Amino acid sequence: MDSATKRLVEELHSLARSIDRPVSVMEVCGTHTVSIFRHGLRSLMPEGVRLVSGPGCPVCVTAQRHIDAAVQLGGFEDVIIATYGDMMRVPGRLGSLEACRGKGGDVRIIASARSALKLAQKHPDKRIVFVAVGFETTAPATAAVVLEAGRTGLDNFFVLTTHKLIVPAMLALLDDEDVRLDGFLCPGHVSVVIGSDAYRPVVERHRMPCVVAGFEPKGILDSLVALLRQIDGKAARLENRYEAVVTPSGNPVARQLMDEAFSVADTPWRAMGVIPQSGLELRSEFRRFDALTRFGIQLREDEDHPGCRCGDVIRGKVTPAECTLFGASCTPLNPLGPCMVSSEGTCSAWFKYKPPAHSKRS
Amino acid sequence: MSTFAETEPGDARIVLAHGGGGAMMGRLIDDYIVAALDNATLRELADGAVLKNESSRIVMTTDSFVVVPLEFPGGDIGRLAVCGTVNDLAVMGGRPIGLSLGLIIEEGFPLARLRRILDSIAAAAREVPVDVVTGDTKVIEHGLGEGLLINTAGVASLDENVHTGFDGIAPGDAILVNGTIGDHGMAVMSVRNGLEFETPIVSDAAPLAGMIQSLLRAGIGVRFMRDATRGGVAGVLADISERTGLSIEIHEDKLPCRPATRAAAEMLGFDLLSVANEGKVVIVVDPADADRALAMLREHKYGIEASMIGKVTAGDPPLVELVTENGGRRIVQRPYGEELPRIC
Amino acid sequence: MCLAVPGQIVELDGNTAVVDLQGNRIEVCTIMTPDVRPEDWVLVHAGFSISQLDEQAARETWSYLDQMFGEEGNEGPDDAEDTDNGRNTTTGEAPRG
Repeated sequence: MDSATKRLVEELHSLARSIDRPVSVMEVCGTHTVSIFRHGLRSLMPEGVRLVSGPGCPVCVTAQRHIDAAVQLGGFEDVIIATYGDMMRVPGRLGSLEACRGKGGDVRIIASARSALKLAQKHPDKRIVFVAVGFETTAPATAAVVLEAGRTGLDNFFVLTTHKLIVPAMLALLDDEDVRLDGFLCPGHVSVVIGSDAYRPVVERHRMPCVVAGFEPKGILDSLVALLRQIDGKAARLENRYEAVVTPSGNPVARQLMDEAFSVADTPWRAMGVIPQSGLELRSEFRRFDALTRFGIQLREDEDHPGCRCGDVIRGKVTPAECTLFGASCTPLNPLGPCMVSSEGTCSAWFKYKPPAHSKRS
Repeated sequence: MSTFAETEPGDARIVLAHGGGGAMMGRLIDDYIVAALDNATLRELADGAVLKNESSRIVMTTDSFVVVPLEFPGGDIGRLAVCGTVNDLAVMGGRPIGLSLGLIIEEGFPLARLRRILDSIAAAAREVPVDVVTGDTKVIEHGLGEGLLINTAGVASLDENVHTGFDGIAPGDAILVNGTIGDHGMAVMSVRNGLEFETPIVSDAAPLAGMIQSLLRAGIGVRFMRDATRGGVAGVLADISERTGLSIEIHEDKLPCRPATRAAAEMLGFDLLSVANEGKVVIVVDPADADRALAMLREHKYGIEASMIGKVTAGDPPLVELVTENGGRRIVQRPYGEELPRIC
Repeated sequence: MCLAVPGQIVELDGNTAVVDLQGNRIEVCTIMTPDVRPEDWVLVHAGFSISQLDEQAARETWSYLDQMFGEEGNEGPDDAEDTDNGRNTTTGEAPRG
């Protein structure tokens, strides 16, 4: 362990002793969840400090009805589905996109929204449906390609929009009386776009400490120290510990793109229900790119697997280990709930990098 | 070198008759396959190959190759087909004495491309060295997508004094790997995933029989070896832990890896421990021999960046644990299938 | 929720940049960072630059990764040659399989 890490860990332990009660801190963002597991940070946490994984994993919070719609669209003879790899294995009631491809559907994995647009230009005889998932980091890219499709008059490009907004979800969590949190580790890359000031309602309305964190282990530890300091001092401030790329007001160009293409709407979250004003839909002038409308797809209410506690996991009420399905009938090979699907899903991350059952130190 | 003098027209392609057992097939075999892979045994074109063996024990293995795309930075399906089977023989302690080559080709497959791949097979086999001593060719109708599937089987001679296997592994044993991890998987990914992604990463596909034989001949106390192909180093370590009931501790800062490979993995959200290699072997050795083994590996062209990545421990329950660069610990799980690039 | 990596712009043509990520080069749309110039460092998410960052911050990210995986070993004897021959460009879509 290098000296900087050692100092941070010692400080965490000393703060935990001073606080002298159990503390729950939510890392909102799934990439933080993965980073925490991957770098073994849980094994460095003082006793009594619980890291709770939040709703910031688009795969985990995409509603069943939207997965079903994607799979249904993949069944059209002349459709190419363009999706981020993240969504391939998410099971809906009609199976996953991976299974859809197995049945002969044309499903392509892309790593940029622009690749979806290029597919449309390259295959004028096909209809390309881009499965647009993600939070404010990813939504501007979707907006950019929709605007470009509008400008260039593409008529074979469609978007299945399931973009979500993170702050409304954080506020909805705090409105739930069963959720007990002492602070938020706020997502770094979403904050690049929305700016750290976006969390002011969380801090001010709920007196909840918020620290915007980077993704490197030291950045995460440093942000946890900042959070525990606030908790120790009974403060509730907004702190930005990822100043290299996060400003108070975020990226105005990216937000402008989102505003041009989308309007804010109520949207369903997997296992959390409809959260008011927490999603994005295409503005009426771009409705012609809306896959659901253009293909006449009807969405059906979600029905969760009985016994699945993903909703409670996402809200931080239980750990994956407390779900009776976890690791038994629900595994990464056979995911029953959304949190087991994405490698950044809380359950999947627990399964893959689960914290040592017994603490060993060298 | 290929002795074939005549060059095919650039657009010549495989037709069904190339697999029909007649004159067309004879020409394909003579002009392409035997021409590229020429050796005395193969030239016989008998129904089977007769091989000399100096030991009472032989190792036999087979592997099929379905890589997409067929050619990728640093290699192609032909090189893989030789290295994959040779390495399976090599990690059993065997000295390869013959390979078979089964080609399943889709009609329409360009003959020029077939020749390139056959030349690559020949080059890899020469490097081992081992002969392709027998083979089979079938042509099928359109529908394979990539156009070529290869199966190779291999036979190796196993010296009487070589005894490796899970049951020889004991707590304290050192775990070595012969170089940078994840290069093959990321090289193939760079031409697969739709990133428009130019890269200096090249596949590590390499035949390891020579390097491994040098360890065995020097009397290094090798307990167990397995090539870390699909499933990566994580998959091999999971096998070891599961089959022995022992734990493994590896150190993140000892895992060799190239900056470009690591960056590509970061970009796509992959864990390099789970990414495929085609020229890497995990070697469990007697701790008393670890330093000598490492020095010998580093003498070899495919072991220059060899590293001792960790050790076997008696931990209960059996786990593979990684000590991270920042001093944290986490469990390394068996990868659960094809990794997909992600943006989140 | 979002993977993003720092890279350096090596070519820029309108809104399209080639960004170097430790030797890997990807095409990036810079529409969200309109003020960037060649040699600037950007944070790349899903094929778009979402922010500029200073070189030091970018290098710190990668140098931390360097530490994480240990010192880089010696380059193999064939590397220089392989590096040139190994360059390749993918198409914009993923083949099946």
